[in-house]
Amino acid sequence: MAILAIQILNSLLYASVLFLIAAGLSLIFGVMRIVNLAHGSLYAVGAYVTAWLVGRGIAMGVPLGWLFLLLPVGALSVALIGIVIEPLLLRPFYRRAEEYQLLVTFGLIQILEDMMRLIWGGTPLSADTLMDALPVIRIGGLLYPAYNLVVIGIGVVAAVVLWAGIYHTRFGVMLRATSQDRRMASALGLNVGLIYVSAFGIGCFMAGLGGAIVVPTQAAVLGMGIDALVIAFVVVVIGGLGSLKGALIGALVVSFVRTAGIQFFPELELAVLYLIAALVLLVRPTGLFGTA
Amino acid sequence: MKADLKTPRNRSVLKLAGAAAPILLVLILIPGLVETYQVQLLTYGLIAAIAALGFNLLLGYTGLLSFGHSAYFGIGAYAVAFVVQYLGPHSMEFYILIGIPTVAITSALLGYICVRHTQIFFGILTLALSQVLYSLALKLYWETGGSDGLRVPRPALLLGLLSFSGPRGFQQFITSYYYYVLAIFVVCVVLMWVVVHSPFGKTLQAIRDNEVRARFLGIRIRRFRWIAFLVSGTFTGLAGILWVPLNGLTTPDVLYWTFSGEIVFTALLGGFRNFTGPIVGGLVFTYLKTYAVASTEYWQLLLGVVLVTLVLVLPTGIVGAISKLGQRLARGKS
Repeated sequence: MAILAIQILNSLLYASVLFLIAAGLSLIFGVMRIVNLAHGSLYAVGAYVTAWLVGRGIAMGVPLGWLFLLLPVGALSVALIGIVIEPLLLRPFYRRAEEYQLLVTFGLIQILEDMMRLIWGGTPLSADTLMDALPVIRIGGLLYPAYNLVVIGIGVVAAVVLWAGIYHTRFGVMLRATSQDRRMASALGLNVGLIYVSAFGIGCFMAGLGGAIVVPTQAAVLGMGIDALVIAFVVVVIGGLGSLKGALIGALVVSFVRTAGIQFFPELELAVLYLIAALVLLVRPTGLFGTA
Repeated sequence: MKADLKTPRNRSVLKLAGAAAPILLVLILIPGLVETYQVQLLTYGLIAAIAALGFNLLLGYTGLLSFGHSAYFGIGAYAVAFVVQYLGPHSMEFYILIGIPTVAITSALLGYICVRHTQIFFGILTLALSQVLYSLALKLYWETGGSDGLRVPRPALLLGLLSFSGPRGFQQFITSYYYYVLAIFVVCVVLMWVVVHSPFGKTLQAIRDNEVRARFLGIRIRRFRWIAFLVSGTFTGLAGILWVPLNGLTTPDVLYWTFSGEIVFTALLGGFRNFTGPIVGGLVFTYLKTYAVASTEYWQLLLGVVLVTLVLVLPTGIVGAISKLGQRLARGKS
């Protein structure tokens, strides 16, 4: 029983990180109709920046409790990168065929991945001090790090805040209006450019937050972003591109299937995930909750 | 369109042949003039050109952006590796004989699924299916060697007439293999030219330009897309078959989706709106990547910057930009 409980907690941990990545990807697609291939790399940047900041903090003798404040700082720095990227690289492409947007974001992956190698080198960057700072709790007879519960909590809070922000605020109404009809929203006096930049910034913040909270549990390594992107794709394909609820359900499905897969059929674990995605695309191309 | 379609078409064939002949002559003479390494590089370039040529039947002529063409390249490569492992004979013709049907069947199967969608969903579906193959190649390590991959020794060419061993075996193999690939490359270019200029190819372009109108004309759109997918995948797969003996090794990397991205990059670099674009792109990309890798540790960064700049500044690719320049010059003269 205790093992089952821990497996469920592990799945939830993975799901909350996946949700953060996939929800950002989905939000950007929903509002801007851009599939941001570089989204996984932005998640990796979040992980690297946070691990680096934590390392600097420890070297400077910052008290342990304060180091936790560096998690949102890591996420914010990714949001800043997003705010620079959108007007500079993406804005020229809204009027052109979507192939070009895919290609630009593919180029962006290559740039970001090598920038990380240039800045932080090839050795993994760890921030496990944060994980060790929190106590270990007992579940049944087994030990479980309390930090993992914090990550699950952050995932839940992020989902609630995002949902409230999109469906219960003025800004959310503006976001949804732009997503449904960009030209009409613009004609009604909305500053579409500003909405695009903020949607992209929020999406990047979510990816960065995902990276920031994951890095204390596993070190930041090169290539983590590219792997995360394809899994996030599976999530949004299952849930439906552009749907918040879809990102949540998709993240839960993927993480539970993956946990079960590692347990029962380790060789086929990844293949099964992609096959599920392909099947969903065939039966319901817009995903379980997508509308577009 | 005038009534006599024959004449302008014949003229364009002549013009094309006239332009191709000197290039072909240069390609035939090159191995005598440069060192082995350059010949090897050029062979890689020709193979990349074949892959991009196949890919572009989908992107340029059918209007479908596949982000999973690594699957067909990789299937070709792994098919050869499995032939070596289980069937034995080290003959290139035998590899091709087994490899092409394998690639064609895989493309037909996966294509049948993929052409049910277009635009971004088509792209994601091709990507997802190629990732299935990648993860199988990575995880079923007792068959595929996992991330170590499978070795493929130098095969004999022309039904065993040419075999390569001994101290000068490598150089002889590179030179002979270059001509071998060059011959197949020429056949591929001619075949693809015939395909895109046939009624079939014209239909694909009609579907690309206006799907609704094409459907009103009674064209069975999905079937045409499916056949285009099959042909496209087979060409790219043939490139994989030719690539693996030259490389000597196949790893799951050639199935990973970033490799698909490189194929897209190649076609775009040359210009996907032109027949010759992907060929030029394949050659240029091979040299660009080789020299980028040799000159800096951060070659990916360099390639990324080139790609982004290219999309921003030269959306029609190298060939597109040159032909536009040529048109402007011609207009200036008259």
